[in-house]
Amino acid sequence: MLVRTLRCPNLTIVEERPPVDVDEVDLEFIEMIKKAGGPNIQSCYQCGTCSGSCPAGARTNYLVRGIIRKALLGLKNEVITAPELWYCTTCYMCTDRCPQDVKPTDVIKAIRNVAVAEGHMLKSHQDTAKKVMESGHAVPLDKDTWSELRKKSGLEPLPPNGSSSPKVAQEIRKIAKKSGFDKLIGYTEEPPAAEKKEK
Amino acid sequence: MSKRPAYYHFLGCIIPHRYPSIEKATKLVFNDLGIDLLDMVGASCCPAPGVFGSFDRVTWATIAARNLTIAEQGGHPITTGCNGCFASLWDSNHELKEDEELRAAVNRNLADIGREFKGTIEVTHYLDVLHDVVGTQKVKEHVTRPLNGVRMALHPGCHWMRPKLVKKKDDSERPHIFREICETSGAKYVHYKDELICCGAGGAVRTADLKTSLDFTKQKFDSIAAAGGADVIVTPCPFCLLQLDTGQVEIQKLFGVEYKFDIMHVSELLALAFGHEPDEFGLANHLQYSQRKTEPNWERLNLRAKAKATA
Repeated sequence: MLVRTLRCPNLTIVEERPPVDVDEVDLEFIEMIKKAGGPNIQSCYQCGTCSGSCPAGARTNYLVRGIIRKALLGLKNEVITAPELWYCTTCYMCTDRCPQDVKPTDVIKAIRNVAVAEGHMLKSHQDTAKKVMESGHAVPLDKDTWSELRKKSGLEPLPPNGSSSPKVAQEIRKIAKKSGFDKLIGYTEEPPAAEKKEK
Repeated sequence: MSKRPAYYHFLGCIIPHRYPSIEKATKLVFNDLGIDLLDMVGASCCPAPGVFGSFDRVTWATIAARNLTIAEQGGHPITTGCNGCFASLWDSNHELKEDEELRAAVNRNLADIGREFKGTIEVTHYLDVLHDVVGTQKVKEHVTRPLNGVRMALHPGCHWMRPKLVKKKDDSERPHIFREICETSGAKYVHYKDELICCGAGGAVRTADLKTSLDFTKQKFDSIAAAGGADVIVTPCPFCLLQLDTGQVEIQKLFGVEYKFDIMHVSELLALAFGHEPDEFGLANHLQYSQRKTEPNWERLNLRAKAKATA
C-alpha cells in the first residue's frame, strides 16, 4: 500500500496520495525505461544522489529519483503528464554521479519522447521546432539586424548554412514528414504566412 | 612538412545568427594557429540536443546525421564551438555507429533526401583541436598580449565533457582541459563554488520557463561574487554565453538584481590574447551591450578603449 497517512508536523510534510492502481502499470513502458536507463537501472537503490546533484531539483519540484522510481513501477501516465518533467536541463550531473552507472538523463529524455508522442508538448516547444522546419534553424537569422551584426564583425551578411539556402529547410521538412515529426508539432507545410514576431 | 589540418566548421545557430563575433574570432585564432576551417555549405541546426532529443530521438538523430553526411561527402572532420552542437553531432555520430536499429531508422529517413549516414568522420569541439591537435604549449606561443591581472571565472558548461563515461574527454567533477586552454591567455583563474553547474538554458528549459532557467544563472553569478568577483566569464559554448550575457539584462528585469559581467567565448579570449583588437571581431556587439547601451569594461579587461561602441 502506498497510501501515506503519516502526519509528522515537525518533519517533512507528507501529503496524502491515492494508492497506486496496479491495473495502470504499463509493462511496455517499463521495458523502454530499462533500455534507456542502461543495464544497471534495476539496481537503482534510490540513494538520491541524482536528485541531490540536480540543479533543477534545487529550485523546482522536479525529482529525478521519484520519476525513475515511478517509471520503473510502470506509472506511465503519471510521469508523462507531470509538468516538472520539463525542468531537466539535461546537464548530466546525475548521470555522472550515479553510483550504479544508471543514465537518469537519458531516461528523462526517453520519457519526454513518450510524452511528446502522446500529445503532451508545450506550445513554446512546438514553436521552436517549427522554426527549424521553416528556416533550418532553431535560432534563425530572422531579422535584418542580425545580418547587420554579422557585417559589423567583418563577416558576409548570410552564413553558409540554412540562412543562405532554402534547400536546407526543404530537406528538414522532408525528414520531418517521413518521421512523422511534423504531426507531433502540429506543423503543416503551407508557405509560412507573414508570421512576424516583434522580438 | 605535413599539410595544414582542415576541419569543416559547423556554425550552428547562435554563433552565426546572434554572436557573429565568435565566428570571426574563431577564424582569426584558427588562422593564426595554421588550421583551415572549411565552410560547411548546407548545414542546418544541429538540432539542439536537449530540445529535439527530448521531442523525438529518431528525428533528432536524422537531422544531425544529415549534417554529418555533408562532412562525410567532403572527407574532413567537423569542429564546432558550441557545446550543444557538439553534443548533437558527436552523440548522434557515436550512437549511430553503435545502435544498428537507430541507424536503420535514420537511413530510411535520409533516403528520402538522397543521403546516407556512413560513419566515416569524427566530430570535435574547438577545445579538442586546441588541446589535442595544437596543444596548449603552442597556443601559448601565439599569445602576444597576455591578459595579465584580469580575473577570469570559467563556465565550462555541460555537453562537451558530460556524460563522462561516454564522452571520455575530461573528469567532469574536476575538469582541467578548458581551464588550461583559458589560462594560456595570461588571465588569472578564479575558482568559485558553482563553476560546474549548468547555466540553466539547456534541455528546452529556457524556452519552457525563462525565469527558472535564469535562476540557475543567477546562482552562478552570486557564487562568482562570493569568490571575490571576476572581470570576465569565459565559456566554450554560445548558448551558455547567450544565457550569461543577455541573461543579465533579463535577470535585472525579472529579479531586479543588477550584474555587470563581461562574457567571452574562449575564441574571443584567445583572439584578444593573440593580439587582435576587439574591433576586428566585434566584441562590443554582444547583445547585453546593445540592450543596455553599454560597452565592455575596457579598463577592467586591460584593453584600451580603442573600440568604438557600435551599439
